[in-house]
Amino acid sequence: MDMMFQFVAMTLKLSIPLVLGAMCGTIAERGGIILLGVEGLMLIGAFSGVLGSYLTGNAYMGLLLSMAAGAVLGLLYAIFCLKLRAHQSVVGVGVNMFASGLTAVLLKVFWQREGMTDPVVSVKNVSVPGLKDIPVLRVLFHDQSPYLYLTFLIVLGVWFVFYRTKAGLRYRAIGEQPFAAQTSGINVNRYRYVAMAAAGMIAGIGGSFLSLSQNNLFVVDMVAGRGFMGLAANIFGGWSPLGSLGAGMIFAVAQSARFYLPDIHIPTQFVQMLPYALTLFILLFVGKKAKGPEALGQLVS
Amino acid sequence: MKTRLKSFAGDLGSSLFSILIALAIGALIILAIGENPAEAYQALFKGALGSSQSFANTLSKMIPLAFTGLAVALGQRGGMLNIGAEGQLYAGAMATTLFALTFPDLPAIVMVPMCLITGFLAGMLAGAIPGYFKAKHNTSEVIVAIMLNYLITLFTSWLVNGPFKAPGSVSQTNPIPAGAMLTKIWGNSQLTTALFLLILFAAVQYLFLWKSVKGFQLRAVGGNRFASISAGIKADWMMILTMMLSGGIAAMAGSTEVMGKYGCFIDGFSPSFGFTGIAVAILGRNHPIGVLLTAFLFGVLDTGALRMGRVTNVSANIIVVVQSLVILLVSAPEIIKFFKRTKEG
Amino acid sequence: MYAIDMRNITKRFPGVLANDQVNLQVEEKQIHCLLGENGCGKSTLMNILFGLHQPDGGELYIRERKTRISNPNDAYQLGIGMVHQHFMLVNQMTVLENIILGNECGSFLLDRKSSRQKVLALVTEFGFKLNLDDRVADLSVGMKQRVEIVKTLYRGADIIILDEPTAVLTPQEVSELFKILKQLQKEGRTIIFITHKLNETMELSNQVTVLRKGQKVATVNTKDTTPEELASLMVGRSVEHVVSERKQTDGEVILKIEELMVNSKAVHPVNLALRAGEILGIAGVEGNGQQELEELLVGTMAVKNGKLFLSGQDITRLPVAKRKKLGIGYIPADRHKNAMISSFSVAENYLLGFEHDACYNDRGFVKRKQLKADAHRLIEEFTVKAAGIDHPIGTLSGGNQQKVILGREVSHNPVLVIAAQPIRGLDIGAIEYVHKTLLRLKAEGKAILLISAELSEIMNLSDRIAVFYEGEISAQFPNGTYNKEEIGLFMAGKKAGGEQA
Repeated sequence: MDMMFQFVAMTLKLSIPLVLGAMCGTIAERGGIILLGVEGLMLIGAFSGVLGSYLTGNAYMGLLLSMAAGAVLGLLYAIFCLKLRAHQSVVGVGVNMFASGLTAVLLKVFWQREGMTDPVVSVKNVSVPGLKDIPVLRVLFHDQSPYLYLTFLIVLGVWFVFYRTKAGLRYRAIGEQPFAAQTSGINVNRYRYVAMAAAGMIAGIGGSFLSLSQNNLFVVDMVAGRGFMGLAANIFGGWSPLGSLGAGMIFAVAQSARFYLPDIHIPTQFVQMLPYALTLFILLFVGKKAKGPEALGQLVS
Repeated sequence: MKTRLKSFAGDLGSSLFSILIALAIGALIILAIGENPAEAYQALFKGALGSSQSFANTLSKMIPLAFTGLAVALGQRGGMLNIGAEGQLYAGAMATTLFALTFPDLPAIVMVPMCLITGFLAGMLAGAIPGYFKAKHNTSEVIVAIMLNYLITLFTSWLVNGPFKAPGSVSQTNPIPAGAMLTKIWGNSQLTTALFLLILFAAVQYLFLWKSVKGFQLRAVGGNRFASISAGIKADWMMILTMMLSGGIAAMAGSTEVMGKYGCFIDGFSPSFGFTGIAVAILGRNHPIGVLLTAFLFGVLDTGALRMGRVTNVSANIIVVVQSLVILLVSAPEIIKFFKRTKEG
Repeated sequence: MYAIDMRNITKRFPGVLANDQVNLQVEEKQIHCLLGENGCGKSTLMNILFGLHQPDGGELYIRERKTRISNPNDAYQLGIGMVHQHFMLVNQMTVLENIILGNECGSFLLDRKSSRQKVLALVTEFGFKLNLDDRVADLSVGMKQRVEIVKTLYRGADIIILDEPTAVLTPQEVSELFKILKQLQKEGRTIIFITHKLNETMELSNQVTVLRKGQKVATVNTKDTTPEELASLMVGRSVEHVVSERKQTDGEVILKIEELMVNSKAVHPVNLALRAGEILGIAGVEGNGQQELEELLVGTMAVKNGKLFLSGQDITRLPVAKRKKLGIGYIPADRHKNAMISSFSVAENYLLGFEHDACYNDRGFVKRKQLKADAHRLIEEFTVKAAGIDHPIGTLSGGNQQKVILGREVSHNPVLVIAAQPIRGLDIGAIEYVHKTLLRLKAEGKAILLISAELSEIMNLSDRIAVFYEGEISAQFPNGTYNKEEIGLFMAGKKAGGEQA
């Protein structure tokens, strides 16, 4: 039973960057922007988090900086896609490369060496008093990162905005038929800019989790494919907030199962392949549902 | 013919413009971090072109970039964005390595071509999958290829860390037999006959696309899929063929690295050749000549960056930033329009 | 009082003056038709009124107050709503969501309940039969249009613009639409109706404004004018009709269509025969199966029921390329989508579809010299105005593009020429050229299938006419048997022999 507890606890921990990465993709793509640059947005967030903590001695300042940096990069991403009308898939590739290069360059500037930073003040795990003793549910409240709660809040928040507010209805319409939204008097691109800033911010949070909570330093290219896995989770979950949460959890199960399946020795690479294989399966063989918003990639004048 | 040359030259002009802007922004970043851009760029160019050996190394670095660039360029001509070049080159590299290790006693004259062919076939297979699903089910070839990239990369990683691992601590296979290695052609440098292979591929790609009937059909599908169908071209098979050819060419990047540079399969040997190939193709306007020129430029940047990183305080990664800026700038039609306007105005 | 007063409106797009000092005055509580051929500027003018475009010159007065309309929100504020020709609906959302989009109840939170009440009130007031929770994707075309109309009413529009609303409706849906519009007028609304159809104008409107080539030609009271007068105002001069000398041929049967089920609406199959030296005109309102017929014949759509024969050979299962080889020349209705590659040169467009032919194919390589020679010859023969054969075909005008396509398709000795909407978007000169070419081909003994939504074109050129309605032939007869009105009735569903469809 204790093993089960550890397993679920680890799954929750591992799911955070995946869910946040998926949310970033969900937000952007429900508005019609193809987002391949999640990896780069998260990487900028990871570095900014460490930088902020290093400069101020406070890990939460790092979190704030990662949110700001992510939002700014998200906006730039939107400018390239919307104003400059660049090929959106290519922008994604470019942003990933840009983040990889820039973080490495800045790393050398601030720490005078290549590869990884010094340790910084990090975000410590917490155990919520009182709640940490409830049976079963205590797994959520015992020795978990505050980022976990932030993640749940973000998922709930995005769900609420999407399905319970006027802005959400309009935004979802933009992703399906931007011209219909436009003739209804909606400023399509303004909504997209705001959404991209939010998406970038969330990716930044996801990245800073890796550098400030799961670890306490920044290593070059530390996102290590989790951004793309988040992208896959978004697709697997059907481009919705709750779907992204579920898919992120499922992918995290695959990752943590490796530690807790006693006798079955599955090579780590196969475990890592699982999310991509699952997503590929959905894309290729489940067909209709996995098409995403109708107007993905479409621009208005 | 003259019109085509003129418009191609114009396109290259706007590519050059993007490169200069990217270098300028790079210089600004270098300034911002407190270093001297002139010193940095000087170190860079010296590192790439300063001696005949460094020049040869630049050419050697250019080869995999040019292969992936040719691959993406061919894909684009057929209307497909091949983001899967990274996976395809690993597939090619692994197929080549396994073939060479499995048949070590073949004479070089058989071994070398067979290794290349095996690699090409592996790449074709990897490319066929996104191509098939895009053609028959209109599934995004980009997303499928990204997933496949990870699957292939992880699978080859398992192979090289598991069943085919060489004794020792490094994640690599046993060395391939000497008969499978490509001949060095420039003294102490890493440059091999792969260069000739590259030029051959570039020439064949040009002839295929612009002189042959099948190549015309491929470009037609890329130009307007519906019109091609109405004209009797089997567009879906063309799309699959496009991705298969593209995959095979990308695989050559991996095979030539194994056969020319490393002599074995090393886990993670590719510094994102596949993704950089996209930049090379776009910058090179999807034309073999443009791709070769751009790949050479990127080779200069990559080789030079190493020296710049050693000799100055600027990290070699600034080049990655410059390359990414090039991708971003050149992918935006509005910027190109801006360039055309300032040229006329 | 004028509900709408547009004075000296001018609007330029790259290369074309869409509106040239246009004056339009629409009285309140009128149904006002904006009449003109394709491309005369009527849609542009109304898009300016709805705030989707900004005029380069001129002034706008709404209910006698000078104003600027910068976007659809401004238009709605002024009580102006528009139903577009291509529906602006979100397919994946419900009827309710589409109607309230952009003007939902609630300040930040979406108040579904109040929105639903408001919409229900409207829907019942006008007796629209709409289920608010249906997904728009599942609705028929007529119902989708009704959603668009309710949307403008929900936004409080009392000036409603409709852009070519009947193009995609069945005749029954058209009469229902007219009923709705007349009722809206009775309730005090002003309607502007953009169309190019004379019969609708006569039936529906109180006043008509005719536009031609970006300029306003005239405004008349409908009851004071006739269709003939409107037609000549629309076109501007007595059009020199290229009319063919009709005769019955007894040439060999080139195309035989046997028991073909054209689309899902059809109950009975289509049977047709076309002989050498004959022009068979396929008449009918667009959307009655002509597009499917085109694709089934060429091979881009698979035949599920029925057989096709070309020169006696069964081509039903043959792919496009093989059918082409047997001698089909094809001029598609949508030339940009199906006939040409805009970024390719004129020469390469001449090659398209014939690249594997022996004349251009030398063991897998393109015979460039031959292609160049043919391209030069063809642009001269067909008087194509182009800067050169190596320039992208996208830079040519519509008429010249069509001439290239025509030249390509007829110069490889076809036995059958399928010409679908061949004069769409062309100017008078190009139209005359295309028609003369079709008649020349007929004289050379080719079989020509002419598919057109322009009845006058059909009547001028065809030896025989088949009228399509809902995927079936409602009448088939030698040209000259019936006059325009009678054929119009067949187009509206009456079957030859008296039954109403």
